Formats: sequence, C-alpha cells, structure tokens
Amino acid sequence: MTEIGFSLPTLDVRSLPGPDSVLRRELANGIVVLARENFASPSVVISGYLVAGSLGETRQEAGLAQLTAQALMRGTKERSFNQIFESIESIGARLSLGAGTHTTFLQGKALAEDLQVLLSLLSEVLSNPTFPKSQIERLKGEQITALAIRDQDTGARAQLAFDELAYKDHPYSLPTSGYKETISEFSTTNIRAFHRLRFGPQGMVLVVVGAVEAEAAITAVEEALGEWRNPRQHAPPELPPVGKPLGLLRKVVFLPGKSQCDIVLGAPGPSRFDEDYLAASLGNSILGRFGMYGRIGDAVRVSAGLAYYAYSSVSGGPGPGPWQVVAGVNPDGVEKAIDLIRTEIRKLVTKRVTKRELIENQANYIGRLPLQLESNEGVTGALLHVERYGLGLDYYQLYPNLVTAITRDDVIRAAKRYLDPDHLAIAIAGPIGEEA
Amino acid sequence: MKQGRDSILRTRLRNGLEIRLKEVHTAPLISCWVWYRVGSRNEHAGITGISHWVEHMQFKGTPSFPAGVLDRAISRDGGYWNALTWLDWTSYFETMPADRIDLALRLEADRMVQSEFAPSEVKSERTVIISERQGHENEPTFRLYEEVQAAAFRVHPYHHAVIGDMADLETMTRDTLYEHYHRFYIPNNAVLAIAGDFRTRSMLKRIRELFGTIPRGTRLEFRPRLEPAQRGERRVTVEGPGETPFLYVGYHVPPGADPDFYPLAVLDSILTGASSLNFFGGGISNKTSRLYQALVEGELAASVRGGLAATIDPYLYSINMTIRPDHTAEETLEVLDREIDRVLDQPIEMEELVKAIKQARALFAYNSESITNQAFWLGFSEMFAAYEWFESYLDRLVEVTPQDVLDVARKYLLSSNRIVGIYRPQLDKSDD
Repeated sequence: MTEIGFSLPTLDVRSLPGPDSVLRRELANGIVVLARENFASPSVVISGYLVAGSLGETRQEAGLAQLTAQALMRGTKERSFNQIFESIESIGARLSLGAGTHTTFLQGKALAEDLQVLLSLLSEVLSNPTFPKSQIERLKGEQITALAIRDQDTGARAQLAFDELAYKDHPYSLPTSGYKETISEFSTTNIRAFHRLRFGPQGMVLVVVGAVEAEAAITAVEEALGEWRNPRQHAPPELPPVGKPLGLLRKVVFLPGKSQCDIVLGAPGPSRFDEDYLAASLGNSILGRFGMYGRIGDAVRVSAGLAYYAYSSVSGGPGPGPWQVVAGVNPDGVEKAIDLIRTEIRKLVTKRVTKRELIENQANYIGRLPLQLESNEGVTGALLHVERYGLGLDYYQLYPNLVTAITRDDVIRAAKRYLDPDHLAIAIAGPIGEEA
Repeated sequence: MKQGRDSILRTRLRNGLEIRLKEVHTAPLISCWVWYRVGSRNEHAGITGISHWVEHMQFKGTPSFPAGVLDRAISRDGGYWNALTWLDWTSYFETMPADRIDLALRLEADRMVQSEFAPSEVKSERTVIISERQGHENEPTFRLYEEVQAAAFRVHPYHHAVIGDMADLETMTRDTLYEHYHRFYIPNNAVLAIAGDFRTRSMLKRIRELFGTIPRGTRLEFRPRLEPAQRGERRVTVEGPGETPFLYVGYHVPPGADPDFYPLAVLDSILTGASSLNFFGGGISNKTSRLYQALVEGELAASVRGGLAATIDPYLYSINMTIRPDHTAEETLEVLDREIDRVLDQPIEMEELVKAIKQARALFAYNSESITNQAFWLGFSEMFAAYEWFESYLDRLVEVTPQDVLDVARKYLLSSNRIVGIYRPQLDKSDD
C-alpha cells in the first residue's frame, strides 16, 4: 500500500442500501416490490422488469417483444393514446417501456405526490392494453424510420455484424429492435398474442425509490398491481450455450459516404451469474475503462492518436453477453487499431495485471459507490440488480470486501477463460471494403 | 461577500476569480466546476475549434500532474470528471467522494496556469480531435446543423460548430493553442463553483490557499461582431447517404438574459414539449405537444424536438424533425407552418400555459437533484446572466401570460427570421 502511495477509500457501508433501509415484499400474485426512501429531493422513481424479452424470437419474428413493449402505451381499455400522455405530461411525469433479450423493462419518474398517477397508468398499460390498429401502424412507421437511421449508423451496424459473428445461430445474434422487413409484417394479432402469453406478474420486479415512505410505496404498488393475474403466462425459453469464436472471424459492412469506421471486436463473456464475473469485470476495467479507457485507451487514443473513443465492456447479463472492445477510427487506421487492441488482449491473458493496476481499480470500484448511488435512478438500478441476480439486500454493504478479495490470479484466470486474441469476432462498418 | 437565499456564498478573490459555494449535505459527495468565459464565440476563421482543442490539452498534464496521472488519480478515488466546451464557455468538473475533493481543487488550480502543451501531445491529440469530428460527420444531423448554423450567422462567430472546421484542425499550431490558453485561462476570466458536503468556511480557506496565489491576467476586451438582422428566409440543403430526410428550422431569438426568454420557453414547451436547459438530459416525453400531434400523429415525421439555448448573444430556437421515408421535407414544412401560423394568430389556451409551468417545475426539480447538477447551475447561470437567473426562473415563468407568448411568437417566429435546413438522402451516394 505504501509502495503505491494511496489508500483504498473508506466507506460508511451503513449509508449504502441494505436490509435496514430497503423494504422488500412479494405480493400474492408474484410481483416482488422493493422500496427505499429518499427525502432529499421531491421526486420518486419507479423501475422494474417483467420476464418477457426477445429470447425465443426467430429471425422472422425479430423485434416483436420490443414493438409490443412500445405499443403498450398506445391505448388501454380506459384511455386513448392522447389521454395516456396527457395524464403524465401534464404533471411533468414520464413513463417508458422497452424490451431487451431477457426482459421488458420500465422506468418512470414523477413528483412524489403523483406516484399513484404513475402506478395506476402502469397497471393499465400492463394489464389492459388495447393495441389500437391505427396507433400500431403509426408506431411501426416510426420504428421503420428508426431502423432506416440504424442502417446508416456505423456503430450500430458494426454491433449487429459482431453479434452475428460471435453468436452465430444463437438468440444473441438477433437485434431486439428487429429489422425493417420484420417490423413491417407484424400485425396487432402478433402483438396481442405476445402480450397474452408472455406478460404477467410472475417474475416481475418493481422498485420504488424517492420521497415516499417505503411502506406507503409498497401499499401503493399493491393497490395498483396486486390484482393482476395471467394464468396463461408462459415461462421464458431456455438460453442455449454458446462457444468461443473458432478463429479470427471478420466482417466488413460497407457504408459509403461516411468519414469514420466503427470497430467492434470481442467474444462471448461471462454471465452475471458466473462466479468469475467480478474478476472479469475488474480485468475489463484494467483493459479498457479505468481512467480514460484503461490500457486500450492508452494504446489507441493517447499513444497512437487513432481514435476519439476506444474502450471495452463486459455486459454481464443473465447470459453470456459480449466482452467487447469498441473503437471509432479513421478508415486508414483500422488495421493498426485492431492490431493494438489484440496486443492488449494478448497481454491481459498472458501476464498478470500489476499489483498497482489491481488495487487502483479496486479502489475505483469501491470509491465510486456513493456517486453511483446518489440519485434515485442509481438506487433503483442497484436494487433491480441485486434482485435480478439474487445477490441479497446486503450486497452493497458487503461489496467492498468482495471487490478487495479478487486477486491478480483471479483476473488472469477469468480473462483467459473468455478472451483469446486469436479467437475473436471482428466487425467493421464504414467507408471501406466493398458493397455486398 | 454575499450569502444567497439558499446559503450560497458568492465572493471574488483578489485576483478576480469568482467563487460560488453551496453546502449540500444529502450525500457524501462534492462537485467542483471551473468555468472559463471562452468558447467558439471567441474564435475566428483560422482558429475555429481552438477552445475545444485547448480543453482536450488540459487533460495532457502539468509538471505536478504529468499526463496520465490525472485520470488515474481521479478514478482510483472513485470520482468522475469531464469537461464541456460550448459556444460561450469551457468548463471542467470533478464529482468526488467528499473526503477526496482536495485532489480536484489542486489539479484545477494547477492546470489553470501550468499546462504544458507538449508538442508530442499536441500532435497525437490533433488526430484524436479529427477523429472526433469525423465521428460527428457520420451523422446526417451534424452535417445539417453545421450548415444551418453557418447560414444563420454570416458575421457573428456562432457561425461555426464548436468542434471547428477541418481546415483549421489540420493546420493549427501548438503555439497558437498555447497562446489561446494563456489568454483566456486566467483567474479573472473564470468562475469556481462548488456544491456538496463541505463547510463553507474551510472550503473557502483552502480555495484561497490554492487559487489565491495565481496572478491576475490581462483580460482583453472581447466584443464579437454582431449579427445584423436577417432580411428574408434562408434555405440550405445537404445531401448524403441514407433514406431518411431531416428538417431543421432555426429562428433567431434573444439571449438567455433577455426578458423574452421566458415566454419563449413557454412557447417551446407548447410547440415541442418541455425541454431541459440542463446539459445532462432528464426531459419528459412530448407526445401532447402541438407539433408532435400535427407531425408525428399526422404520420409525416417519426419525431420532433425543439431547443432553446441560454447564450450570451442572440442564438437560435431550433425545431428538428426526423421525417418518415415516405414523406418529404416540403410536406412536413407545410404542416409545420400551419402550426406556426396558429401561434401567430391567436393566444395559447390558459390550460396550455398551466401545463407548461407544471412541466417546468417538475423538470426544474429533477434537474436540481444531483450534487453535480447543483454545482453545474451555480456556474452555468453565471456564464450568460447570474445565479439569480436560476433562482428566479420559475417565478419569472409563472408571470408569463398568453399575450406575452403571442407577442414573442409574432416577434421571432417569422419566416423572414428563420433558416430552413433540409437533409436530402441520396441512397448509395458516396462522398468524394
């Protein structure tokens, strides 16, 4: 410790969310509710998920879960589209829903006195949506426009190509937002069927954080959503396994008229349930996050001046999401950037990180907690995370010890398990290559 | 030394550095911001983008904090830092655990005067900034906004984008950058704004120790050339890849400190939905706004958004529309004009006004929640007005009447006062 001239931060862990400050209750219909009070500001945030994601969609069905989530607020048995949005916008509140691979997620915010308005609307859109045909056609048009913009976005196209390379024939190869051709084909019948079979209270989690007493918050959720039942609710499909890339798999997406290329490079990584997730996460921080983008930032941005952004991430969801590096570089610098990134990956899997690197990153993980947990949004995110992955309400209070227990050997073991510089999916999108 | 109504300390050091301190004890955090009165407004042809490039160089080290040390030091203390360059200002901030804030204070005092601008660092940062600009150029909307801005300001330096023109990014020298730094990075051209979990007295003492010894600089009088009144609508067209047209309409409007800014904020809320003046997002949906109803519910556009910026000199009120591929910019503009005519013809409804004010109140609460945002407002408001502007914002909004809104609409939302920008997609079009 003396040798590197700084100390690990000291935290009053009792100030972090824990069993003493978080109320957790499972309602009779299966919804798990967590609430934490924060009277420092006059707002309240609700956040949650249902186990209805895109998992199980075929290529022809890609985008259905996402479209359904977006369609929920287009009309209910009680209110039209305009009435729904008048009810929240007129009080300065917001509520939105979307879908990922594993879940449909929701987030809302309002002044604390309007929590009931938000919850009552949420209850309506989840349990009684009507999916009016004219509204759904309009929504599809908006979605198709968004997908046309995505088709021209170098970052999005590189990510799509990467997912297809790294997750061939796996559900993770498909975009949750779908394709123009799939969205244009969906009917209200498809959407209604998806809602009927996949939406229900079983597995749903809802977190309320803000200027509302925790007990009152849970009662308000129970009043709004406690009666919801769906006996036809299907469990989500199983997630198939995925292997490492068989070698250096490469795909170039030609996008003429652009100034810069985006590169996405990596391989399937750990799930959040894997025991080595935290070690992999610390390894990733050293590789491409710490300070201004870690070792990759030093190599690609600072030393070579090749990119404005070059960083890595471990997704760590319920399944083997990607451990990947993203960089935006001039077309002339693409090969050099890829070489530099592969060199950094090779170093990470062949030589243990230094003591200094590990301790600095552990200090960062612990020291940043107060900032991450300052806002109501930050606390709702943290509580959803512990509930989703069964980490326990005392997780953040134990967290400093969990982080400092990770060793240099743990990091290299995790890195080797997921990353191999000679077995990577490499996708590039921009004004290089040739039109397919 | 003055103490404001929220226990805000306002004072000025002998070297001219303005200090704003606000104690907030809701979390063990402190956010420290240094604001310099320099941005793209202070640039001219040949040095466009220089303020933003100087901002990048401020992360490249001083003798006390060599390159690479700063990032690591902030990160290992669990802090978050960044910098912003805008039309009128450049700001640097660190939000840190309260017991670690001294590092932020030391480094900000240090880089106010000690940055090195090593030639090798300037060289590698040139390509990084060019890469940043090329990333922007990948976006059709950036290309369109840049052209609209250039058409809107023929004389005033708001003419060019903050990132600067490629011609200047390729040729600017290290010495030019260094001169710009020395000219504007002086205590008497800066505001130090800090909010969070500290005691004002001891914080002020530490500030005096660290910043009080920095010598006052020569603040050169800077008066940008004023933009003459526009006489007639201007139109620009940008062509590029894709299949999505975009429409961007900008109206010349007065600066943030002008009394007309408040009814314009209400008008914006009614036309395109309540928007946050904060730079950290946090808005609400706009599906009941007049333009959403006419354009998106009317199935011409996929989205519409408006924006009003609090600037020193008159800038633009902008309306951006993403058009559905089966419609044209001209069709969309026609419907937009019908809605603009409505606000020119008759006063808004009282219930629209009440809604706009309630929305502003909620957004104001959301955007003042975090300690980082509280420190942001302490300094940001000083860049174009004073902190009183922020403190009285909601009160001033409540005073707005439907007649005020009608008056500003008739004064500014005129076709002769606007620039219409159209992005025309050309499928398979390659750049030269």
